[in-house]
Amino acid sequence: MDILIYGIINSMSLALMALGFALVYGISRVPNFAHGALYVVTGFLSWSLLRTAGLGYLVSILLAIGITGVLGAAIYRFILIRVRGMAISEIIASYAIGLAILEGLRWGGFKGMTYTLPVFVPGGIEIFGTPVDYHRLLIVLIGAAVIFFLWFFTHYTRLGLALRGMAQDERAALMLGIDSDTMALVAMGFGSMLAGLAGVLLLPLGNIVVEAGYNVLILAIAVCIVGGLGSWMGAVLASFLIGFAQILTVSYLGSHYQMVVALLAIIFTLILRPSGLFGRQKELEERV
Amino acid sequence: MTDKTILEVTDATKTFGGILALNRVSFSVNEGEILGIIGPNGSGKTTLVNCITGFIRMNSGKILFRGKDITRKPPHKIADLGVTRTFQIMRPYFSLPAYKNLVIPLFSPRAKRTGGWRGGGKLGDRNTVGIDILEEIGFERDSFVPFKIASTLPTGYLKRLELARCLALRPEIILCDEVFSGLSMSEIASMVPLIERLQMEGITLIMIEHRLRELFRVANRIMVLNFGEKLTEGSPDQVMADERVKVAYFGSEDVEEVMTYA
Amino acid sequence: MEQKAASLRKERIDRGIKVRTDGIYALMSLRELAYLSVPRLLLIVGMLLLPFIMPGMYWQRVISIVCIYGLLALSFDFLAHYVGLVSLGGAFYIGVGGYIAAILNKWVGFSPLFSIPAAGILGGIFCTVLLLPCLPLRGVYFAIVSLMYPLVIARIIEALNILGGTDGIMGIGSFPNQWSEQYTMILLVLVFLFAMRRLVNLDIGLVFRAVKDNDQAVRASGMSITHYKAMAVFAASLIGCLGGACLVHIYMWSGISLFALDFSILPIAATVIGGGGTLVGPVLGCLILVPISELLREFGTLRIVFYSLILMAFIVFRSEGIMVYGQRKYHQFERWAKV
Repeated sequence: MDILIYGIINSMSLALMALGFALVYGISRVPNFAHGALYVVTGFLSWSLLRTAGLGYLVSILLAIGITGVLGAAIYRFILIRVRGMAISEIIASYAIGLAILEGLRWGGFKGMTYTLPVFVPGGIEIFGTPVDYHRLLIVLIGAAVIFFLWFFTHYTRLGLALRGMAQDERAALMLGIDSDTMALVAMGFGSMLAGLAGVLLLPLGNIVVEAGYNVLILAIAVCIVGGLGSWMGAVLASFLIGFAQILTVSYLGSHYQMVVALLAIIFTLILRPSGLFGRQKELEERV
Repeated sequence: MTDKTILEVTDATKTFGGILALNRVSFSVNEGEILGIIGPNGSGKTTLVNCITGFIRMNSGKILFRGKDITRKPPHKIADLGVTRTFQIMRPYFSLPAYKNLVIPLFSPRAKRTGGWRGGGKLGDRNTVGIDILEEIGFERDSFVPFKIASTLPTGYLKRLELARCLALRPEIILCDEVFSGLSMSEIASMVPLIERLQMEGITLIMIEHRLRELFRVANRIMVLNFGEKLTEGSPDQVMADERVKVAYFGSEDVEEVMTYA
Repeated sequence: MEQKAASLRKERIDRGIKVRTDGIYALMSLRELAYLSVPRLLLIVGMLLLPFIMPGMYWQRVISIVCIYGLLALSFDFLAHYVGLVSLGGAFYIGVGGYIAAILNKWVGFSPLFSIPAAGILGGIFCTVLLLPCLPLRGVYFAIVSLMYPLVIARIIEALNILGGTDGIMGIGSFPNQWSEQYTMILLVLVFLFAMRRLVNLDIGLVFRAVKDNDQAVRASGMSITHYKAMAVFAASLIGCLGGACLVHIYMWSGISLFALDFSILPIAATVIGGGGTLVGPVLGCLILVPISELLREFGTLRIVFYSLILMAFIVFRSEGIMVYGQRKYHQFERWAKV
């Protein structure tokens, strides 16, 4: 039973981490390798706002997420837009920015154990005999809310439908008057905010360390490959698959195997079903 | 020319999302003949070629080459068996000179096995063999044309280069995807003898064409596709007399003057 | 073509001497021979003389490090510009080659003379097999997977505490002396540089370039793209693993830091600065960047920020690179011509 509960918690955490990346790639085909960096930056921003500027916790968090969203959009607007369309250059450019941010933070002294964010609600309850703290419960609830909101947004609002249209067929969307650059900007903004949300939710569980940025990047990409690059529902499903797989290996083999699970998941997906769970086959090969 | 079936397609079906591109198309090709496939735009001709040569996976159906099932094989294995194709949107290696374009197919396992066209693949220097093939196909040998970079060549030469690329593999079947399109009348006039010579060498040709007059000069049989379905097949005369073919191309009435052919 | 006024435009024409040195005509006179051979001789002689010029042991060690990065940059350039695969994780080759060499040396007992080549070949096979799943797919997947492998494997080694864990494997044999160390590295770089240049001009090099430019046509010619990409990845990872093996013998230690980001990023930055596609440019780029990075070492991880920003600037503004610019100037001249 605790496997089930911890599995759900782990899966939701993974989903939160991955959705930002999946969203950006799904809509604009831009692989945002600065995703991990944005995750950590939000953590540091909210820490600074909380401690140094002395703002309230909720205000700091929301402000930090907002700033990250703007940062993400700025990265797109000033840098990635110039290499739009050349997939490899996009990867290198966004990876370079991510690295610059992460290593810059590391150099600036943000390493080690000294920076933490407080949990939202201290304490915990017991569910079916398993101790669960309130914060983790909140993670699951907020995660579910985000997933539902995404589904609702992309199916029922104008902007969301425009984003979905872009995701399905960029040229057709262009012909219908949906501007791809604006959509990509919006997507990057949203995706960065999701990364930031994941950051403020998950970082209180541990310390704010630069290493977390790399881990998040790895896990987000693993989830997106397994789910199919470009499908956010696939990312959700994949995060449950990988999440439960990780929890199972942790309980039966030991807690060090999480990364191994991620690596094996990627390799198996690429061998058995390269397009991932929900990806489209034509993503993989070019048109003849 | 024997009457042995070299290629047999059964119930080929392919959908792209909601669009039914091919709907249970079945036909067979005899060895050494020239089969023309015609039909209005969007009837699924290029999709059929892509399916036969393995570039696209069909939803259902079977393709037999000399009795061997090639339905799910990858494109390079199918080409390795001798079923080659040209591309409608031409794909030479643009940055290389024309004769260097042929070095690459001559490097393939099939060319090494069969000795390439005129036996040059295994024993000969590939550059020289490349120039030989180009001469066979109609490039003037002693001119500078074979040495020009492929991106600077006009369409007529590029179409021949596509055929040369297939020939380097000593193919059994060539699927020609609109080789006559984009050519002037004189260029076509010089292409037709080339096609006829290929047939005389024993190569089976499946030609997808829009230029019906020129096609009917070389083709032995014609098959008509419309909206992904096989409409009819038969000799050129039979096909042209069929009312349904005229309706497919033009809609209806008063098509007599337009559909003349030499 | 820029235009100064309505009636003039800039054009680039091959220099007379370049045309005169085409093919066998290069043997016409000493001047033509010199035009062709001087740049190459300059490179070879320059590199061979480097150990004598460098002041002190510290800088002589730097030469060896330059050569290791040079090997990595060479493999990156080959894969990226001649085969179309962008390998974002050079540290993967260094790490794999390094650990295999360490295992062969310490636990199997090979001397460096054997462990280095063996690590190169075994490492090449290992890396190719691990990268095999993404070869049939689009290039993006190769970039993603190659980027992730060093990060993931470093964490796995650390978490599972295998192969020495965070401490690494210590007490590995080293080169007999300083000079053999440096000259082995320099010769390795020169040999592979000229070998790769030769390779890309052979027929198989044409096939690699075809795979990069036009893989559908290669498929239609009966050749398996995966097969050729695998061959290219093997060649590139062989070179990278050799570098890793040498590194381990230079430092007499092998650990997780072999998978460090420096090894992934600096070769890319060096290639971009030095001129991608020339195979010489990346080596030149390393000659420039590695000393700078050594100077920046006291600033901690700022140097990675530095490479990243340079890399990003070059990628985004699509600059040519030193060698590309240099070759263009050497072979061609520009003038304004009347339209």
